[in-house]
Amino acid sequence: MKHIKTLSGATLKKSAATGGCGECQTSCQSACKTSCTVANQKCEK
Amino acid sequence: MIHKFSMNGVNIALDVYSGAVHVIDDIAYEILEANHDVHSFRKDKEEIIEILEGRYTLRQIEDAYGEIRQLIEEGLLFTEDPYSSYLKTWDKQSVIKALCLHIAHDCNLRCKYCFGATGSYKGDRALMSAEVGKKAIDFVIERSGKRRNIEIDFFGGEPLMNFDVVKEIVAYARSKEEQHRKNFRFTLTTNGILLNQEIKEYINDNMDNIVLSLDGTKEVNDRMRVRVNGRGCYDEIVPKFIDMAESRNQDNYYVRGTFTRDNLDFGKDALHLADLGFKQTSIEPVVAPDGTSYEIREEDLPAIFREYEKLAVEYVNRKKQGRGFNFFHFMLDLSQGPCVVKRLSGCGSGHEYVAVTPEGDIYPCHQFVGEPDFKMGDVFSGVFDAEISDKFQATNVYTKEDCKKCWAKFYCSGGCPANAYQLNRDIDKPYWIGCELERKRVECALMIQAALYDENR
Repeated sequence: MKHIKTLSGATLKKSAATGGCGECQTSCQSACKTSCTVANQKCEK
Repeated sequence: MIHKFSMNGVNIALDVYSGAVHVIDDIAYEILEANHDVHSFRKDKEEIIEILEGRYTLRQIEDAYGEIRQLIEEGLLFTEDPYSSYLKTWDKQSVIKALCLHIAHDCNLRCKYCFGATGSYKGDRALMSAEVGKKAIDFVIERSGKRRNIEIDFFGGEPLMNFDVVKEIVAYARSKEEQHRKNFRFTLTTNGILLNQEIKEYINDNMDNIVLSLDGTKEVNDRMRVRVNGRGCYDEIVPKFIDMAESRNQDNYYVRGTFTRDNLDFGKDALHLADLGFKQTSIEPVVAPDGTSYEIREEDLPAIFREYEKLAVEYVNRKKQGRGFNFFHFMLDLSQGPCVVKRLSGCGSGHEYVAVTPEGDIYPCHQFVGEPDFKMGDVFSGVFDAEISDKFQATNVYTKEDCKKCWAKFYCSGGCPANAYQLNRDIDKPYWIGCELERKRVECALMIQAALYDENR
C-alpha cells in the first residue's frame, strides 16, 4: 500500500479465541499501583 | 470504531475492536476526517473526490480510498464490536491469584501526597506478623484453584521496616510451592531509606521485581518525599537506587515517581531518572481528592498533554540514539500484549487481587484499605465476602457507560476502580481526569511504536 502502513493486524480479535488463561500478572503489580494500564503487560502464553 | 490522531508528524489510525494500528498519510487521514463517523465508513468515492479534489490528484484520492476500502474488507478498519455479545455468555469464575501484603502500616517517610496516610491507612500504625502473612499465603493457595503463577507484593507503608517478616513469609511460600504446584513471584516496594547491602542481596535472590520510589529531581522529590523531621530523602536514596538497579542488570525493577500539579513539567523528572542511568522508569499522576493544593485539575490537562508529548518525542530520540529507557506508560507490545479477555475485564481487584492488612483483614486492593464498606473478610476466619467480590468481578469495560464510547478501553481495561470510587463513589464510573491522561498516554505510546517501527523490525 502506498498511503497506509499497517503496524499490527487484528491481534486483539485473534486473542479472543485463545486468551483468558489468567496466568498473567494482575495489572496493578508491576509499577503503577495508582493508575490502570493493561496494554503494556506481557502475555504468559 | 476507529480513532485517528496526529503527533510528532505521524498520522495514526487505530481500529479499536480488531486492535489493528495503521500509519496513514495525509490523504488517507483527510478521507477518514471527511467521513465524519468513527463507527462506519459511509462515504462513497465520488463524495470523497468532491471534498478532496484540488488539493490532491484524482489518482492519489482514488488510491487512498481504495486502500481504506481494502482494510475494511480485511477486518482491519471500522471493525464492528465482536465482544459485547461474547460477554453475555462469559462465566469468568475468578480465582485469587495475587495478594498485596501490607507488611507495614508504618513508614519512615512522611510523603505529603501519600494515599496511605503516611503509612497508617487511617488506622493504627502496625506491622504484619509472620502468622498473618503465612495465613495470607494459605488463603491464596486455597483460593487460587489451578492457577500456577501467584503474585505477592510486599507493600506498605515501608516494607523494609518489617523485613524479617518478609523473609519468613517468602520462605513459607517457597516451602509450599511444590506440594501445591504453585510458582510464587514476589515484588517489594521501597522508599530506599533502609536499603543496605544485605537487604539488596536478599532482594536480588528472591524478588522478581522491585519498585523504588523516587519522584525525579532533588527539588521535586524533596518537596513531597520527606523524613519525619521534614528533610528530603533524595541524597540518601539515589546512590542506593542506582546501585540496586545496576545489581539487577537494569531489569526487573522500576524506579517510580508521582507527579502533582506542583510539577506539571514532570517530563524533566522522567528524563532526570533516565539521566541518572535508570532504564526502567515510571512517573504517575497523583491520586488525591479535590481540595488539596496539589491534585490534578481540569485546567492542568493541556499542560500535562504537552508534557507527555514532549517526553514521547524525546523518548523516541533517545531510543534512536541508542540511549533509550523504558517509561511504564509508554510501553506497548502491539503483537504480543495481553489478550482481549484481560483487556476488557479490568485490573482484577476484589476478585483476582486483594490486599491484606497487618491485622489480616482483606480489602479489594491496597487503595481500598481503611474503607469500612469494603472490608471483605480476614485470613483467619476464612470469611470472604462474595457479594463484594462479585461486584468487582462483574465490572468491565461494557458495564461502564463512559468506557463504551471510549476508543482506549482495551488499553486501560476500564480504569482504576479505586480512583473511580474515591472521586465518584462508584466503581463503575471512571475518574474522568484519569481517563483523559490515559488516552493521551496511549496516543503517545502508539506514536512511539510508529516512530520506532522500522528500527524494531
